Amino acid sequence: MAIIRDIMPAFDLLQPTSIAGARKLLEQHGRDALVLAGGLDSFDWLKDRIKKPKMVVDLGGIEELKGVRTTSDGIEIGAMTTLTEVVQHPVIKEKYRLLAEAASVVASPQIRNQGTIGGNISQDARCWYYRAGWPCYRAAGNICYADTPVGRNHEHAILHANRCVAVNPSDSAPALIALDAKLVISTRKGEHVVNAEDYFVGPDIDITRLNILQPGDLLTAIRIPSALAGAQFYFEKVRERNVWDFPILNVASAMVVSGGNIKRIRIAVNGVAARPLRLKTVERAVLGKAPNAATGQIAGKLAVQGAVPLQFNAYKIPLMRNLVKRAIGGVGEAV
Amino acid sequence: MNALQWAMDPWGNIVPIHIAWFLIWVAVIAGFVFFIVHATYVRYFAKPKQFAAEVPPPIASEIPARVPRHSLVARLYHWTAGAAMFTLLFTAFLPRVGFQFTWVTWHWIAGAVLTVLVIFHIFHASFWRDFWSIWPDRIDITDADHRIRRFLGRPAPLPRKSAKYPLDVKLSHGAFMVAGLTMIVTGFFMMFRVRTIFFSRNPYLFSDMTWGMIYVLHGLAGVGLITLVMLHIYFTLIRPENRPVLKAMIFGWMSRDSYLEEHDPKRWVVEAKISSQESREQKGLGAGNEE
Repeated sequence: MAIIRDIMPAFDLLQPTSIAGARKLLEQHGRDALVLAGGLDSFDWLKDRIKKPKMVVDLGGIEELKGVRTTSDGIEIGAMTTLTEVVQHPVIKEKYRLLAEAASVVASPQIRNQGTIGGNISQDARCWYYRAGWPCYRAAGNICYADTPVGRNHEHAILHANRCVAVNPSDSAPALIALDAKLVISTRKGEHVVNAEDYFVGPDIDITRLNILQPGDLLTAIRIPSALAGAQFYFEKVRERNVWDFPILNVASAMVVSGGNIKRIRIAVNGVAARPLRLKTVERAVLGKAPNAATGQIAGKLAVQGAVPLQFNAYKIPLMRNLVKRAIGGVGEAV
Repeated sequence: MNALQWAMDPWGNIVPIHIAWFLIWVAVIAGFVFFIVHATYVRYFAKPKQFAAEVPPPIASEIPARVPRHSLVARLYHWTAGAAMFTLLFTAFLPRVGFQFTWVTWHWIAGAVLTVLVIFHIFHASFWRDFWSIWPDRIDITDADHRIRRFLGRPAPLPRKSAKYPLDVKLSHGAFMVAGLTMIVTGFFMMFRVRTIFFSRNPYLFSDMTWGMIYVLHGLAGVGLITLVMLHIYFTLIRPENRPVLKAMIFGWMSRDSYLEEHDPKRWVVEAKISSQESREQKGLGAGNEE
């Protein structure tokens, strides 16, 4: 059970200074190793003594994983770049403002100073039953304590639930999907580049993970292509209190408007399913239309099709509908 | 190494949650070990089959060239149940060994199909077929005893030929029945824990301990079925001596020779229907001179 003891269980701390060194250690220790980025998610698990790894591989000493680099086709952000650096980087602020906005509302300034972009998109679910160490599906058990008539589930999933109803808590993930980012993963078989939306998995595929990283894999960088640089961006996060909280729901969109009509759009939401969802149906529906309230209303209705509320989270359906509406048609009166 | 996985529930009780997944590999390895041992035994050590008495020629001549063995309904049941079983096994265990895909929906759909098929089979076999033909009888037990004694080098009479189903098939059916019914009954209750079209979720239908035992039984039946299906495939698809049985499950009949070789007409009574081809031959009409 989750009794905060504040004293972590004993483990060997390994501090590689290169990606190759980290890879070697991760291959060597496999499931016995816990990867530590900023530590803001990991330390919870350790202090609660729910995860008791034999080894902790601290990536903090690997300079290759840090910083923002300009490339021939956009930018590459090291996975260990702090959220503060992402927020403050001039190129990101100028061309990829969507990501800067999303990163700027993650938790608190202190946490953004320590938390990394790689850690933010790879963090674990915040379902309180799961974090309390109960043997739920996500913890390889056989029950979901949240999806019951009396379960406390007002922050849980309304879409794509499959036994587990936890949601992905990342703010930067939908922004990266909207920006068509590619994620670079170092695996046993070499470097593997995936689209941001394919980095995340739902419980229908793998109920114990939120992303495709297998034991031994390492997220090394995030590449954002220039195709959507300087596009019309929208990011909005709704949380229970306006400081230091995970999203109840967020939306990110990148839109290219020409001649008054939407020529290209990518839109994603998070906090409604175990993975951030790219809303392809919405994208197809609004293409060629004017980005106004009427189009936004259509988009909002489409976005929530198939939503199945739990006992206490039906409010998420109109919330998602309105956020998507605002992302397309601008901030107006909610419907 | 624990064969079950345990966890602490919110009330502090230690409860089983499911089987340990290494049992999948135990089941697979057990199947392969059996293949090797059996194939080696048959190839190098087994003596030719001997039976107590040959079928008298007058009786043998009454047997039709094609002996009906499985009706179309029985064959359709067998193959659809087989497809459902494979779907269940693949969707259950492939994700456990690293092949990730959306499996839950396919799994419960296949389970529902198998449940309907098994219910149909129970009624069909009970009221429209010879229900007792698949259950071991006194002669099976006596002959099994004789076979074991002869195998051990002790004196014993030769065993008789089998009825419609030999004892090994009857035992295999029994094992499939136990594992299959366990899987179906436990799977039915497990559907209360997922979203299906059948009923509302109710994860609190049982206590955590009872749920744990249901999951454990489901898992044990599942890994048992891995081995059983492997053995079934080995004996019916791979072993050449059982080809007539496989052929019968496809076409519905077996040849007179295959029938006489393994089966006792007194224990498996076949109606001496003469096929139209045989009738033509007896009348001196060839296939090409009907007109």
